[in-house]
Amino acid sequence: MTNSETNALGDSKIPVTVLTGYLGSGKTTLLNRILSGDHGRRYAVIVNEFGEIGIDNDLIVESDEEIYEMNNGCVCCTVRGDLIRVVQNLMKRRGRFDAVIVETTGLADPAPVAQTFFMDEDVREKAELDAVVALADAKHLPQRLKDSPEAEDQIAFADVVVLNKTDLVTTEEMKSVEVLIRSINPAAVVHRAERADISLDAVVGKGAFDLKRILENDPDFLATEEEAHEHDHECGPDCDHDHHHHHHNAGGLDANTHDTTIMSVSLSGGELNPDRFFQWIQKITEIDGPDILRLKGILAFPDDPDRFVVQGIHMILEGDHQRPWRDDEQRRSRLVFIGRNLDREKLERTFAACAA
Amino acid sequence: MPGITNVEAGEYVEWCGFVGTLPVFAQADGTVICPDGTETRTRLHDGLTTAAIARDRSFLATGGEDGKICKFWPDGNTEELSGQNSKWVDELACGPSGTVAAAVSKDVTVYGKDGVMRKFSCERTVEAMAFAPKGMRLAMARYDGVELIWISTEQGSQFLEWNGAHIGVIFSPDGRYVVSSMQENAMHGWRLSDDRHMRMSGYPSKVKSMSFTKNGKWLASSGATAAIVWPFAGKDGPMGKAPVELGSMDPVKVSVVACHPKEDVVAIGYENGMVGAVRIADGKLAVLRGEAESPITSLGWADNGLLVAFGTEAGEAGIIDITA
Repeated sequence: MTNSETNALGDSKIPVTVLTGYLGSGKTTLLNRILSGDHGRRYAVIVNEFGEIGIDNDLIVESDEEIYEMNNGCVCCTVRGDLIRVVQNLMKRRGRFDAVIVETTGLADPAPVAQTFFMDEDVREKAELDAVVALADAKHLPQRLKDSPEAEDQIAFADVVVLNKTDLVTTEEMKSVEVLIRSINPAAVVHRAERADISLDAVVGKGAFDLKRILENDPDFLATEEEAHEHDHECGPDCDHDHHHHHHNAGGLDANTHDTTIMSVSLSGGELNPDRFFQWIQKITEIDGPDILRLKGILAFPDDPDRFVVQGIHMILEGDHQRPWRDDEQRRSRLVFIGRNLDREKLERTFAACAA
Repeated sequence: MPGITNVEAGEYVEWCGFVGTLPVFAQADGTVICPDGTETRTRLHDGLTTAAIARDRSFLATGGEDGKICKFWPDGNTEELSGQNSKWVDELACGPSGTVAAAVSKDVTVYGKDGVMRKFSCERTVEAMAFAPKGMRLAMARYDGVELIWISTEQGSQFLEWNGAHIGVIFSPDGRYVVSSMQENAMHGWRLSDDRHMRMSGYPSKVKSMSFTKNGKWLASSGATAAIVWPFAGKDGPMGKAPVELGSMDPVKVSVVACHPKEDVVAIGYENGMVGAVRIADGKLAVLRGEAESPITSLGWADNGLLVAFGTEAGEAGIIDITA
């Protein structure tokens, strides 16, 4: 297992993988692959609906999606009440499993699911989000993105996107759908797969939600084309490394190249003034929180030997030191916002004002 | 320190207390332990999710991950009210004359002497239930409020509305007040006669345990570094009054409260495994069990008020004789 964090009692927290994806994207197939994999891990699976394909696992909990808005006047502060209850109950007998997988319905909003693991003190104490994995059907994703805001949200929210059924599309179609995914979510790791056949290491035990860990595995994360020293080969299902296909962004493709409503704004600069930056990011997330689905960043502060990483969901903001900057690294600050109605010009201008 | 008889439970103790006069420990793995004399262990469920004691203490109602609902009698007999189901039993509550209400997601079933006597579907998932003292009404806590139904008739349902997720509910012993606990670290109360609201906030964490004193003058609650005890004696209950904070062990939080069956005394379980009893009149705390490893999950007084059963997350358990 990965080196998960421990809670106050010294028990390691149970890692939770959230599987999202539209109906027919291959979620249940992937779930069964994970469960039957030769990895020795025992999973507790939480499902919101029993699909047509059976799930082959000893410990399956069926729960009804129950979204609770927190009574604090903030519309984006939502949690999943059913998950709070089920996770707490599961943790009473934690010897039965090593990890939890939450399979959401095709129409589920991933934000309350993810926020549950940050906003509920009891859940947060015992479990931690490992990754939000979105399954996408390579053939039908472009249409889905046009007619369903949920499908868009799922891509925007993902740490890992598994582009499934790649055998049903041409190379051209695949490239264009990858560009589409990248334009919605430049921070996600994208994997290609046929029949949801993918190395399990690519989707579970990733710590993909934990920026500190993803950055250890992928130093070029959030890097721009010029900054990334990435190999430029075609990545197939056999490729088990994390890659971001930064080269797709090279042609100036960005949020406006698709007719979906989600956009991303990538910001980049040198060292930042920490006081100005924290004031700024807090204000931005407070005011624009409802429109910000995810944000991720790596920051450099003067006189601080460590890289500082931040991430957010709506108004939830987390930040921590990661590791010292290496001598051969440029001390640059990079930040990406994924959301709706983002004011690119304002973000760029106000971010620039945080420079040290 | 009083005398403690330890019980080797071994698993998370979901409920402990006395069924009749028999000490009983119901564990999350589905095993019910009766340590009296020759210890017996009965596996009632493949995973136990909830348990509730009968009004007259004649049986313990249990619900499981297996969907089953059982009555466990002190003579060791069990009765199955409902067989296996794919969904977990979420909550149980016991009314008079052996009535048991069970909630599975949004659906509530009330079992009487002759089987199912009432079914009700809430708009949202039922998070907690409580019978009114006379037992003819059932309160169900859910998102945005508490539903009140009569168990003998479809008529006269009432919805006590208050925004937010309600995760616990209790009636005052005189039936005048309904109090809920909420996801956002607060309690909310309604006076049923005129629907007046009471907001009880300021908790650092969720209130998971509430208990009225026998005479109904005080409502004790967990969720802080002391037992927070609200005055319900006057005609306006706690409105405009401050609670008393008893048994403070700052920074250790209180996880369970259980009022004495006769006196104005609260047994307090702490997250560090400590158990204490505090007299409300003077705030005097007696430590009944010292600090240990695991948080207290359940406390239950014997009817005579001399014995307290306790259980923890890690499966440490025991019976405290406060006279020893």
